[in-house]
Amino acid sequence: MADPMKIRAAMAGDKVEVKVLMAHEMETGQRKDASGKVIPAWFIQNVTATCNGKTVLSAEWGPAVAKNPFLSFRFSGGKPGDKVVISWVDNHGDKRSDEAVIS
Amino acid sequence: MRSGRRKVLQGTGGLAVMGLAMAAGLFKPGLARAESWNKAAFETKSFADAVKALGGSQPAESKDIAINSPDIAENGAVVPFAIESRIPKTEAIAILVEKNPNTLAAEFEIPQGTDPWINTRVKMGQTSRVIALVKADGKYYYNAKEVKVTLGGCGG
Repeated sequence: MADPMKIRAAMAGDKVEVKVLMAHEMETGQRKDASGKVIPAWFIQNVTATCNGKTVLSAEWGPAVAKNPFLSFRFSGGKPGDKVVISWVDNHGDKRSDEAVIS
Repeated sequence: MRSGRRKVLQGTGGLAVMGLAMAAGLFKPGLARAESWNKAAFETKSFADAVKALGGSQPAESKDIAINSPDIAENGAVVPFAIESRIPKTEAIAILVEKNPNTLAAEFEIPQGTDPWINTRVKMGQTSRVIALVKADGKYYYNAKEVKVTLGGCGG
């Protein structure tokens, strides 16, 4: 199981600004190890963010997203106390879901 | 960024294939969700092919797409980008790095109520044109910016 994400969700005016830091290698599949063998690709493919059951962002990623991915976005319709849930799935089928309360 | 029709086709085709594969015991059900990943688009090697694989054609250049990034990235492994679309009814934003091994880096679907503004970090193998592709009201638009990389982020 991967390490938890760091999620911060805070009101910015009448919108909610979400900042997420995920812990993931995001291996490209382009690099080689010391013996010259290609290190297989290992990266997050799908990211979904929901608030009160409504999807507020969904993303498809390739291996070109940087290691330990950072993501931030804004949406309307959330209020302090609501929960924002972020989930990801990587190309190994590993998944992780974490949540934060809007402050 | 796919059209509705393609999504439906892919959906049913994918389900049927998954059903067969699962019946044959080839895949664990847990892998099923990865089906929604547009493999073809992430394997493209040019801007034109990436646009095509995402379901668009002949995107129009638009100054209403803002690309906020450093002009020179010291470390290609982590290049921050903030993309903002001021085009009404923006539905999706994609980040493409022209000279990476594969062009498409990331694609974001923007539901109604979410700002057409995305902030993330991507890898760049070398100095390249970075393109922000926007789908708005069914049409495709782009803006591009040259980002210089002094240390690549894709090699060993």
